[in-house]
Amino acid sequence: MKRHLISAADLTRADAVLILDTAEELAMLADRPIKKLPTLRGRTVVNLFYEDSTRTRISFEAAAKRLSADVINFSAKGSSVAKGESLKDTALTLEAMGADAVVIRHPASGAAHRLAEWVQGSVLNAGDGTHEHPTQALLDAFTIRRRLKGDGGGAAGRAGTRGAGLDGIRVTIVGDVLHSRVARSNVLLLSTLGAEVTLAAPPTLLPLAVGTWPCAVSYDLDTELPKSDVVMMLRVQQERMTAAYFPSVREYSRRYGLDAARMARLPEHAIVMHPGPMNRGVEIAAEVADSARSTIVEQVANGVTTRMAVLYLLLSGTEFPEVAQ
Amino acid sequence: MCAASRPVAGRDGLAVLDDEEIRRALSRIAHEILERTHGGDEVILLGIPTRGVPLAHRLAALIGEFEGREVPCGSLDITMHRDDLRLHPARALGRTDLPADGVDGKTVVLVDDVLYSGRTVRAALDALNDLGRPRAVQLAVLVDRGHRELPIRADYVGKNLPTSQREVVRVLLTEVDSHDAVLIGDSGGQS
Repeated sequence: MKRHLISAADLTRADAVLILDTAEELAMLADRPIKKLPTLRGRTVVNLFYEDSTRTRISFEAAAKRLSADVINFSAKGSSVAKGESLKDTALTLEAMGADAVVIRHPASGAAHRLAEWVQGSVLNAGDGTHEHPTQALLDAFTIRRRLKGDGGGAAGRAGTRGAGLDGIRVTIVGDVLHSRVARSNVLLLSTLGAEVTLAAPPTLLPLAVGTWPCAVSYDLDTELPKSDVVMMLRVQQERMTAAYFPSVREYSRRYGLDAARMARLPEHAIVMHPGPMNRGVEIAAEVADSARSTIVEQVANGVTTRMAVLYLLLSGTEFPEVAQ
Repeated sequence: MCAASRPVAGRDGLAVLDDEEIRRALSRIAHEILERTHGGDEVILLGIPTRGVPLAHRLAALIGEFEGREVPCGSLDITMHRDDLRLHPARALGRTDLPADGVDGKTVVLVDDVLYSGRTVRAALDALNDLGRPRAVQLAVLVDRGHRELPIRADYVGKNLPTSQREVVRVLLTEVDSHDAVLIGDSGGQS
């Protein structure tokens, strides 16, 4: 594995499977009386958040704390960033404080990549603009593997999923692909793991270069649903929309929103995912979000274990060459 | 592991125990566990991955054979508790599988293949500490090769094997390596 986790494309299939297997072992920690391991004692993880976030920041914080790392939370609001400090100067400050890992979320695509050139420690991309969000893709892959390749978390299921990829699983990612870092990371990671990914979105919400992505593209959600094992709904990111990408929210919701009638067209075993936060009533109906097929709450729990796995694999060893078996 | 790289007595060292001797050593240990724990009441066997786990299962099967009672058996991964994590690249995790009743109030017998520096056992004691509060903890090993770096000793030993630190002791088990043997070789520095 590389020293940083900037893009889902940095991960080979072996790396990704190792992270998922590690997460699978760490998931058992949740059932124990003491949910803490001493592994990263004395290491410092900085959460550097230039954008609002609830679950990602809390998830990284919980993951680092469960591994006994010290966590420093930094949010752009109320810091010297408000006084005009640049990312580089902030990075050098963190460096001087001895951060072993920096978890960064930034509104500019490529911020994590730039940061990795300035700091000694590992850089974990927790979302950079509309570019990537690799740990979200990892937790999504973990959720899919648990639900569809195992028996949902029992001992037999765990044994069965170890070492497995997502071969043959058909994933449809629906909605605002253009502004979604989650979609890009998921396309890259899920295809690395062997899944067949289809994007279903209005043409205006697909990036120009989508033809070069390792996935299929469709403009019609209804024809894709019966063929899908997983439907991943994306949030309509109105805060990033600078132009009119669709006539009205209501029309978008009618053509690309997942309601109960559409969910009924899915195969029996199919699951519904959403990276959160949801716009209930826009891309996903409340009854779908709360149904048994929805993995939305599970994804949050899996987020902590997956991020623990990543922090463990990036930080526990000496340097970062091949992983010893 | 392909057949060509499979460790074989002769090429990879001198066989110290063969499969029959391993079987006898384990059945003696099983008897000793029963004797020392007064019939194996409230005993749990926890193997330390990788090769401690099949050994723990074999001991549990032997105790079942001798006494007609089921002894709960599991595995305890110690990777996250090791003191040498920073000296090596990150390691893949093994599995921790506890019997349904947990370890509280039980006599836990830790099972491993080779006892060397004692650091693995120290990590296992730490890992166990986070899982509950056993009434007592004992240690069973197939081979004790000496050179302890911590004040730790085994309660049940299959074979005491005087070694030099330059030598390598390898335990091969059918479940993992396709045949049973204990080899002692003359290279490297691993246990």
